[in-house]
Amino acid sequence: MGGWQESPALLPPGTYFMSGNEACAEGALAAGCRFYAGYPITPSSEIMVHMAQRLPELGGNFMQMEDELGSIAAVIGAAWGGLKAMTATSGPGISLMLENIGYAIMTETPCVIVDVQRAGPSTGQASRPAQGDIMQARWGTHGGVDLIALAPWSVQEMYELTIRAFNLAERFRVPVFLLADEIVGHLHETVTIPPAVRTFERLRWPQEMPFDTPEPDGVPPMPAFGEGAYLLVTGSTHDGRGYRRTTDAAVQDRLMRRLSAKIRRHQDEIDDWEEYSLEDAERVLVACGSAARSALWAVQQARRQGRPVGLLRLKSLWPFPDEVVASRCGGRREIIVPEMNLGQLAGEVRRAAGVPVTSLTQVDGEPIDPRRILAYLLEEVW
Amino acid sequence: MAASSTVPPASLLRQAYLRQSTAFCPGCGHGIFMNAFLRAAAALPLDFDRTVFVSGIGCGAWVPSPHFLADTLHVTHGRAMAFAAGVQRARPDLNIVVISGDGDLATIGGNHLIHAARRQTPIKVFCLNNWLFGMTGGQVSATTPREARTATTPAGNPDPPFDLVRLVLGAGAPFAARWPVSLPRQLARGIEHALREPGFAFVEVLSICPTHFGRINEPLFPAGEAPQSIPWRMLEWLRRQCIEREKAAALSPEERAGKILIGEWRGEECWP
Ligand code: SF4
Repeated sequence: MGGWQESPALLPPGTYFMSGNEACAEGALAAGCRFYAGYPITPSSEIMVHMAQRLPELGGNFMQMEDELGSIAAVIGAAWGGLKAMTATSGPGISLMLENIGYAIMTETPCVIVDVQRAGPSTGQASRPAQGDIMQARWGTHGGVDLIALAPWSVQEMYELTIRAFNLAERFRVPVFLLADEIVGHLHETVTIPPAVRTFERLRWPQEMPFDTPEPDGVPPMPAFGEGAYLLVTGSTHDGRGYRRTTDAAVQDRLMRRLSAKIRRHQDEIDDWEEYSLEDAERVLVACGSAARSALWAVQQARRQGRPVGLLRLKSLWPFPDEVVASRCGGRREIIVPEMNLGQLAGEVRRAAGVPVTSLTQVDGEPIDPRRILAYLLEEVW
Repeated sequence: MAASSTVPPASLLRQAYLRQSTAFCPGCGHGIFMNAFLRAAAALPLDFDRTVFVSGIGCGAWVPSPHFLADTLHVTHGRAMAFAAGVQRARPDLNIVVISGDGDLATIGGNHLIHAARRQTPIKVFCLNNWLFGMTGGQVSATTPREARTATTPAGNPDPPFDLVRLVLGAGAPFAARWPVSLPRQLARGIEHALREPGFAFVEVLSICPTHFGRINEPLFPAGEAPQSIPWRMLEWLRRQCIEREKAAALSPEERAGKILIGEWRGEECWP
């Protein structure tokens, strides 16, 4: 029972015109999401509004909670009730959710968290785009653990990568971030809905241990409440059956390492990227999300002027696609990372590629200006 | 009710419903609550195969997890009500029971508690009120009595405590009750009543923490003629202080002063 399946896409196949936030909600529903809990926040609220209307039509559950701590808590509770579950928010909401995201990692609870990034810190600029939460998603919860994050750059990808986020969450029993931003959230574009989508259905009871596997990098199947499994779900250090072992060094060590290895050692299933004009490129831009839209325009213009430049667009950010970046960036004359923060992606690219990296940053709450990126490619001014 | 007298003794209840023995301090009130809860569960009966127990962090949260032979969700500090709300919506066919402490449910988690009461989510909530944070070494909580000493109020608590029953009734709870561990039979019956409620039900269980509250506040619990242990003196004190709300109505204001009202309340009494 469970595993990869073909599922109907719910919406009749065809071309639609919708916003990124709506496409995200529709992607979630197509992936099988039947529980949403959230709290209003710009610029993500349209996801919640859409879910409030659509979930009851599909026999699903919608809850508007008292805050973001409660939203992610309810999502995790519903996941143990057997449902695919998600929440959506923006940076301030992520800040509140982080403790329970760590709980989801520790209890191996699949769920999807959409972060429609806005300019921060603090309340910042609620309706302005940014990419300031890349490191927060990875390192925000305490303990130093692994999770998965994807970065859509279009309305079409708000649909497709939301489905992928659910599949990866269920496959690896881990919370998955969709790191969107205000631009792709509020943008209206055409979306092609296919007749069917590929979904991963949770591997269920019965099994010996809901919280360990014989292999050191395995993903245990996940029973639900009410199935007679007498589940002991706890955020404290636990053995394979869920018993707390809060002073056992060996149990803690094994658990920490497996929670990481189950993701890192399966990175070939997770890594996702696109390449543009890389073959003969001497200088390579690396970008993600809506910043990659600006980068692609600049690459196309520079190519027209005979400059050998290319773009590596990362669609998965965590675990960081080290090998993809290293193999595409090694030996180039210059690696350039344009982004809407103070150099978070650039630091990872530098680490992974092992070559000097030029960091182009824009943090004024405006979309990163493609003309500035072009000017850098032509005249090296920023 | 009649069923209560047919309930097997505590040792058999523990065999039927528990996975392992408890780790509470000697004399802790939470063990009395656990026995009373199992009595009520057996009397109803409450099907443990169809029940999810949700708890947060603290000594009270350890009553169901890892002890109860049922599905248990032991969550982050203060968030048990919100986790439980998600489980309840996903699985309305299951019984959802929250058992946690005053620090967890009413101090850090107060927001989730009042909103669950307002929504009247069909969850049964048992708040083990031991008047402070026990597991972390006896710090002041939102229910520590005024003037009481704790590790973080060495000169006495300057702040008044929450009245948890009035708090949840004010938030919209249709049913709330308060019972002390010093009256285990009434407590078991009260638990049974709460579990029978169709909607949201809240029970404040007045428990005792001899380790932290009892030792530091020993003068509050005077010894009788023969020397007695602190847990015994705390239970005696609770027994003296608690008065059933119906009986309290007949007392003069002077006689009622300082008493703790116990019993059951319906939301509609508060909101005519
Ligand atoms: S610290 Fe207090 S509440 Fe906790 S187990 Fe010991 S006596 Fe009970």
